[in-house]
Amino acid sequence: MTAAFGSQWRSMKGKREGWRDLSPMRRREALYGLAFVSPWIIGLLLFSFFPFVASFVLSFTRYDVINPPVWIGLANYNEIFSGDSLFLKSLGNTALYVVGSVAIRIVLAFSLAMLLNSKVRFLGVWRTLFYIPSTVPIVAISMVWIYILNARYGLLNWFLSLLGQGRIRWLSSPAYAMSGLLVMSTTWVGVTMIIFLAGLQNIPEEYYDAARIDGASWLQRLLRVTLPLLTPTIFLNILINIISAFQVFNQVFIMTQGGPRDATRTYMLHLYNHAFEFLPPQMGYASALAWILFIILFAFTAIVVLTSDRWVFYNN
Amino acid sequence: MTTVSERGALQGRMVQVRRPPAFYLGRALLYALLIACSLWFVAPLIWMLMTSFMPLSQVGVFPPEWIPRVWQPENYTEALRFWNFGVTFRNTMIITIFSLAGSLISSTIVAYGFARFRFPYRDLLFLILLATLMLPFAVRLIPVYIVYNEIGWVNTFYPLVVPEWFGNAFFIFLGRQFFLGIQQDFLDSAKIDGASEIRIFTQIMVPLAKPAIVVMAILSVQNSWNEFLGPLIYLKDENLHTLAIGLYKFTSLPGQGGMQHQQMAATVMMVIPVLAVFFLFQKQFIQGANLSGIKG
Repeated sequence: MTAAFGSQWRSMKGKREGWRDLSPMRRREALYGLAFVSPWIIGLLLFSFFPFVASFVLSFTRYDVINPPVWIGLANYNEIFSGDSLFLKSLGNTALYVVGSVAIRIVLAFSLAMLLNSKVRFLGVWRTLFYIPSTVPIVAISMVWIYILNARYGLLNWFLSLLGQGRIRWLSSPAYAMSGLLVMSTTWVGVTMIIFLAGLQNIPEEYYDAARIDGASWLQRLLRVTLPLLTPTIFLNILINIISAFQVFNQVFIMTQGGPRDATRTYMLHLYNHAFEFLPPQMGYASALAWILFIILFAFTAIVVLTSDRWVFYNN
Repeated sequence: MTTVSERGALQGRMVQVRRPPAFYLGRALLYALLIACSLWFVAPLIWMLMTSFMPLSQVGVFPPEWIPRVWQPENYTEALRFWNFGVTFRNTMIITIFSLAGSLISSTIVAYGFARFRFPYRDLLFLILLATLMLPFAVRLIPVYIVYNEIGWVNTFYPLVVPEWFGNAFFIFLGRQFFLGIQQDFLDSAKIDGASEIRIFTQIMVPLAKPAIVVMAILSVQNSWNEFLGPLIYLKDENLHTLAIGLYKFTSLPGQGGMQHQQMAATVMMVIPVLAVFFLFQKQFIQGANLSGIKG
């Protein structure tokens, strides 16, 4: 997808055709094209472009939905950066979740994909088993994990006790609550794994044959053949997972409501509280929070995309 | 212990290769690892299913028990007494069906527009489409909510269904890739026969694109079924709650909720339809996940 983004960007440069340069036949074709894509263009304006601009404007106002918005300049931003202790707390928690869950997912998904790519029997069965929990609705999987992470009788503590580990209060202690959510994030490893597996299966067998003839060990083949050729997939997976992890909301809302003692209060939960739970609602304030999140995400995406020239290897 | 080497078989010569014991040890280890990983992913679901049939006394004990001592299907009927499953199920179905129809029709049309016709700024528009996939929903959430609130759409299904009728960016991307892969000469002969663009689209291209459309359909159903934040914000009225919200309320509101074994029964009821769809359309699910990682 992001590779598509890159190639789209490259193919666009230098080509500029205006309406006037078109022949009548081409003009007819262009009209058809625009007619076909028009639903999406209207949707883009209504559901992406307008809200995007509107939330920027709103972020400079105080707005409680009932009374008309009041322009207050940078007051929301001032409040966020100087008076809102939960802003930094939630941002820190979210950063922790992003780093932890992205690392877990990339490493685990890659390892599982490597296992499945080593000519195993019943490939489809294993793949299905790893993927099943990803299909379960978030509310349902959260319900189950509330009990898995239960300190007294949870499955996780039972499993750990078999390994000789004492009880851990996963969701009920501030020190471990975020770790509990990170353990739970392994649930969705299957999606990333499938993308990795497809990437691995695209690597031509000849490369490995050549490496073997040259006497490359398993580790050398992994480091010199597999990983470099897989960088576009790794790049894509990191990007997708960063964007979704930054906006983690559902399981936190359902399982902990940000507790205990704000240990799992994530950025989206903080934003949601201001917009939809506070009375009166603070839509302007929440919009400012949304825009800060957008800028942070944009910066991250830009860093990943801009550095990708150095470490992502495109085979074309 | 000998086996036929695959390479030998490929070359047409049946070569017997004696493999070192280390190979079989490695394989045994590999399968042990695979089984352990599968258990990690599947055990929570098995535990959920088992618990949903247990008597309450068996739940919440340590070490956890896996097999119900007495099978209690009445956990399900008890759960249904508190939780208005019928209403939430109907609401979820309405949202699912109208979202499905809207996103399939609009996304297929738009995808075809991007794939088949040349028009000014097409590539720029497509670039914007890909960029919207990366736009955090947080930035859209509040203004969209305010507008829906102004026009009286809060407490209706419209906010969850109407946007789907303007094309889903990911489905458009997916459909375009598929349409680009269809042979062009097909079209040229149809055009010579005097078929209009509309007829070419509806009668030739859409049937050809069925595999892509099935993938979209499954992803769309899954999205509607799983959606939590949207219904949470827009559907305040209890008669409009979806399965996801109903299950959340059932398990988390004090006084209204059931006991743990009933909660698990309710959870199973929500999960079963999704799992059924998953097992029926496994191939397309995997394809859908794959396509999100497509190159090119």
